[in-house]
Amino acid sequence: MIYKDSKILLEVRGLCANVSGTEILKGLDLTVRSGEIHAIMGPNGSGKSTFSKILAGHSAYEVTGGTVMFEGQNLLELAPEERARAGVFLAFQYPIEIPGVGNSQFLRLTYNTVQTHRGKEELDPLEFDDYVREKMKLLEMSPDFLERSVNEGFSGGEKKRNEILQMAMLDPRLAILDETDSGLDIDALRIVANGVNQLANKDNAIVLVTHYQRLLNYIVPDYVHVMEAGRIIKTGGKELAFELESRGYDWVGVEHKATARATA
Amino acid sequence: MSATLQNLVNQPYKHGFVTSIESDVAPKGLNEDTIRMISAKKKEPEWLLEFRLKSYEAWLKMEEPAWPNVHYPKIDFQAISYYAAPKQKPKLKSMDEVDPELLRTFEKLGVPLHERMALAGVAVDVIFDSVSVATTYKHKLAEVGIIFCSMSEAVLDHPELVKKYLGTVIPPSDNFYAALNSAVFTDGSFCYIPKGVKCPMDLSTYFRINTEESGQFERTMIIAEEGSSVSYLEGCTAPAFSSNQLHAAVVELVALDNADIKYSTVQNWYAGDENGVGGIYNFVTKRGLAKGVNSRISWTQVETGSAITWKYPSCVLLGDNSVGEFYSVAVTNHYQQADTGTKMIHIGKNTRSTIVSKGISAGHSNNSYRGLVKIAPSATGARNYSQCDSMLVGHQSGAHTFPYIQVANNSSQVEHEASTSKIGEDQLFYFAQRGINAEAAVSMIINGFCKDVFQQLPMEFAVEATALLSFKLEGSVG
Repeated sequence: MIYKDSKILLEVRGLCANVSGTEILKGLDLTVRSGEIHAIMGPNGSGKSTFSKILAGHSAYEVTGGTVMFEGQNLLELAPEERARAGVFLAFQYPIEIPGVGNSQFLRLTYNTVQTHRGKEELDPLEFDDYVREKMKLLEMSPDFLERSVNEGFSGGEKKRNEILQMAMLDPRLAILDETDSGLDIDALRIVANGVNQLANKDNAIVLVTHYQRLLNYIVPDYVHVMEAGRIIKTGGKELAFELESRGYDWVGVEHKATARATA
Repeated sequence: MSATLQNLVNQPYKHGFVTSIESDVAPKGLNEDTIRMISAKKKEPEWLLEFRLKSYEAWLKMEEPAWPNVHYPKIDFQAISYYAAPKQKPKLKSMDEVDPELLRTFEKLGVPLHERMALAGVAVDVIFDSVSVATTYKHKLAEVGIIFCSMSEAVLDHPELVKKYLGTVIPPSDNFYAALNSAVFTDGSFCYIPKGVKCPMDLSTYFRINTEESGQFERTMIIAEEGSSVSYLEGCTAPAFSSNQLHAAVVELVALDNADIKYSTVQNWYAGDENGVGGIYNFVTKRGLAKGVNSRISWTQVETGSAITWKYPSCVLLGDNSVGEFYSVAVTNHYQQADTGTKMIHIGKNTRSTIVSKGISAGHSNNSYRGLVKIAPSATGARNYSQCDSMLVGHQSGAHTFPYIQVANNSSQVEHEASTSKIGEDQLFYFAQRGINAEAAVSMIINGFCKDVFQQLPMEFAVEATALLSFKLEGSVG
């Protein structure tokens, strides 16, 4: 929701980045204020996922220009774990499997690490168990999730729910959901979206990276951005998503080029 | 990220220091006179000197094994001193009489002996270099008829037992290093559990190599009589020397009818520096004979140290329905080389064995699993299950598996499973994105990987092993 005079959480200016020598982001601008939900859409290869990984600090990408400020801090100077502790959360498109590491053990370590950073008390295993089970209800997850290894043998839907569970636990300031809707059937999508909606509040912000308008039926964005060739070329309200659904992406690029020529 | 990981991997050996206790060191070199000197120093009976001399004769005709997947410069066996003992003092009646310097050493190692005794209820047979300095809980154990003492004491006080079993599981001619050990062994532990006795506590020995260039030739023996059971813990650390030290131990276990022996090891000897200079050569022969019906021998090992490890704790399943187990975690880093595994020899009917091996290789190290499962024609209904998992950390380490399976009875069942995995940058990034740094992430992944083995360790050892692995190995990914 757009709140009047809410403060800026994330400010990206002219962000350029490479992966193994190829330029993927070419001057990306984005401002996200607390309370807002943003959707970043765009065709395959437009740089959406790259952008989300760069915000999280993945070492495969080299930032070559621009700035990223998060709550007044230079985000690019922070190590990935410091960004997470500061409140940047990325729900992965393909959450990796970690065989042998118990989910409950992993969730407790991550929860306690972030809590400690915020100067709050850690939870012991029993207290944590109560806490996490409560959060799991939000996502209609069965308790046997806790007994399994992290993401190992999880279905696509289970992996995505596990991501949103972590978002619920860690209570981030900025949550980036990278194609969270992909691989979800309609019931799972509803459950995940419902979870995200309950987590959205006036102090945090959510950036949804997605291909399809479908997710936006459930999580209604305040802004929809269209990315192409490493830049945001159009921004609109939620109705833009419907237009994209019916017309595709091509017209946005054409329109953008026309505007660029007119202003040149 | 790589730079941080590199730093973590390159942490210096925590237990690197040398205690300045005066040692009584034999001149370098090996011949019959050396052996006679060792035997005389230890006031041994004639039959044991004979055993040593025969072993020496056998050793002279043998050659160093060349088949392990390890590489090192040729050892000059004449450049080694074969005997080192802390200066003899009168027999100690209590811990108060132990050299305070020695006690401080244990404290530095995080093994406060008195505390251990009081809190953990563990009887610690302290081996310092080659002579036992103190044996605790001996009287309590004696009440139930358990003998737990140094090998030297056993030779003097219980010669009939030592004579009956010495070399029966591992004959001196078994292999090059067993023959060498049989000729020059200095000390070790001796445990005898009488018929029907369940040992009331875990028996524990802390080994520590302390004299530069002194070979260590421990000899340990555990005899479990009918219906008895015992759990034995062996833990090792050593000071940081720059030249290599040879260690060739022999451990023999005998389990009679319905007896149960559990032998657990945590090994953290000096592995050499990050360039592979120095470190201990660990050439060990360990074998258990499950002699009686329904007997069980279980080996659990956590191998993290030594420049070179050559070690195959084995079970000979002679008694019908006997059980052999081998649970192993072997970690190599820097330029360490490990060739380790087990042998399960099924002879009796319906014998069963389980092998769970977890190898972790980091840095430039090489880690090999080598295991033999042999089903003799007599072993009707024998079963074996083997699982060998390897984990690679970084790009320059090697993991190898050499399983040997020989089956001569068609009613038997043998299963072998193997896997190889790698700690990837993407796993670490996932942890980082949840606020967890690389060090904690690697530790969690490794402990998860080793879970099946750690579960087999006695409680306090499991804690120690977890800490040790976290310390040894914070992946060199990237």
